[in-house]
Amino acid sequence: MDKITVSKPKKFKRNLIVLTILFLIVGSAWFAGFNVIEVMINLNKGSRLLGRMFFPPDLSYLPNIVDPMIETIRMAIVGTFIGATLALPVAVLVANNFIKSKLLHGPLRIILNIFRTIPALVLASLFVAVFGTGPFSGVVALSIFTFGLVSKLTYETIEAIDYGQVEALMSLGANKMNILRYAIMPQILPQYMSYTLYGFEVNIRAAAVLGYVGAGGIGQTFEFNLAWRNFDRVGTIIIFSFFIVLIIDLISSSIRKRLV
Amino acid sequence: MIEFKNVSKTYDNGVKALKNINLAINEGEFVAIIGLSGAGKSTLLRLINKLIESTNGEVIFDGNSVTTATGRDLINIRRQIGMIFQGFNIVKRMSVLSNVLSGRVAYNPTWKTILGLFPEEDKQIAYRALKRVDILEKVHNRASDLSGGQQQRVAIARALAQEPKIMLADEPVASLDPITTVQVMDYLKKINVEDGITTIANLHHVDLALKYATRVVGIKEGKLVYDVQMADISKEKFYTDLELVYGRPIHRDEVLGDE
Repeated sequence: MDKITVSKPKKFKRNLIVLTILFLIVGSAWFAGFNVIEVMINLNKGSRLLGRMFFPPDLSYLPNIVDPMIETIRMAIVGTFIGATLALPVAVLVANNFIKSKLLHGPLRIILNIFRTIPALVLASLFVAVFGTGPFSGVVALSIFTFGLVSKLTYETIEAIDYGQVEALMSLGANKMNILRYAIMPQILPQYMSYTLYGFEVNIRAAAVLGYVGAGGIGQTFEFNLAWRNFDRVGTIIIFSFFIVLIIDLISSSIRKRLV
Repeated sequence: MIEFKNVSKTYDNGVKALKNINLAINEGEFVAIIGLSGAGKSTLLRLINKLIESTNGEVIFDGNSVTTATGRDLINIRRQIGMIFQGFNIVKRMSVLSNVLSGRVAYNPTWKTILGLFPEEDKQIAYRALKRVDILEKVHNRASDLSGGQQQRVAIARALAQEPKIMLADEPVASLDPITTVQVMDYLKKINVEDGITTIANLHHVDLALKYATRVVGIKEGKLVYDVQMADISKEKFYTDLELVYGRPIHRDEVLGDE
């Protein structure tokens, strides 16, 4: 049988990409002052600290952090609720297949993108400056962040719906409100609820650190104990937060799986 | 009942979908529109309820201009025109009943329909419509649980719930198997004959046109090239005439057969 020879695949482009990525990684590490020897030296310090935190943690402190934890969860719930509720009508306004006006969409989308891009922690420190310390500032920050996140995901979902169902409703004489109620909402509602739950998961994690800038919740307790070098208590807070976040994540993501 | 006066449609991308169409459709007719894909059949149908706006000319429905109608007037026209689609276009995440009731939205105040409040009278209309297409037992099922043929029957029931004067069918059976095709076409014919609802259907299969239509209209490259009352013409003549629509003779073995 004849041997078949084919031309060799061109690898130059692939190699160039690999080299560029490698260069970027090494270059960034160098610029950031990251070096392995430093890590090795500090590993010792770090492990001592970890030892004081977790071997053993001060579990007797647990009752004292239940209330701040509940406050954290409450902040996440209220923030998610307000943000997601505001997000739905705005998502409808911004979707380009429901209202066809570039004049409306352009500015609104820029605002949404800004909200979504600013980390909740930055928003929180801003609102602490405006409203003072406490959970209220945290809730406002989480609301705005959730609003940006959920509205963006939702309007993209609205734009991807099956337009045939909208056309059918138009054909039988439905007005805009009826089209929204009977053709758009049934198609997007499960996704919207899923995004809201996802926002809640993100918010629980964000809410846990918001206290760091004085915006209430367990982060405030964390910061206080760290400042007093109560490392065994800090360990308890970390373990407790970890389990709460894990449980909420598991519940929420299992609901989300069933929704869509 | 429906009149096209010098109607042309050019899409934004420059495609001339319809060129100077003049056509009058009378009450009670079952009109099949035939033609190659892209000939302009769907555009023609959608001009009747203004899902697409014409570039030139005027479409008249029951003495009123569809072309110039807007707002409340357009809704009043549309609610008298039922339409079914190739993709069924029922709302899959709602119950069969909600789908059929949505055919009544234009007859009720918006605040009520938003809350899903329909008068008992409308529910009776919905049940009767479902019974008409023999699918009443699925009334509380989710629409997505139904088969393709059943979904199309729900779509017919939704259109019937409008108590329409005319029924538009855009490739109603193109995504159905041959047996379901006959069922769906039979329902359309029954409604046409018993209720006198004028029916206009885009069809790909010329033998379906032959079997169900009282009149066949052929479109080729946006122009109306054929228009015949089926009572006036022999089957043989009809098959030979198809060359006018499709651009080449159609052989007997190319059609689905007569059963």
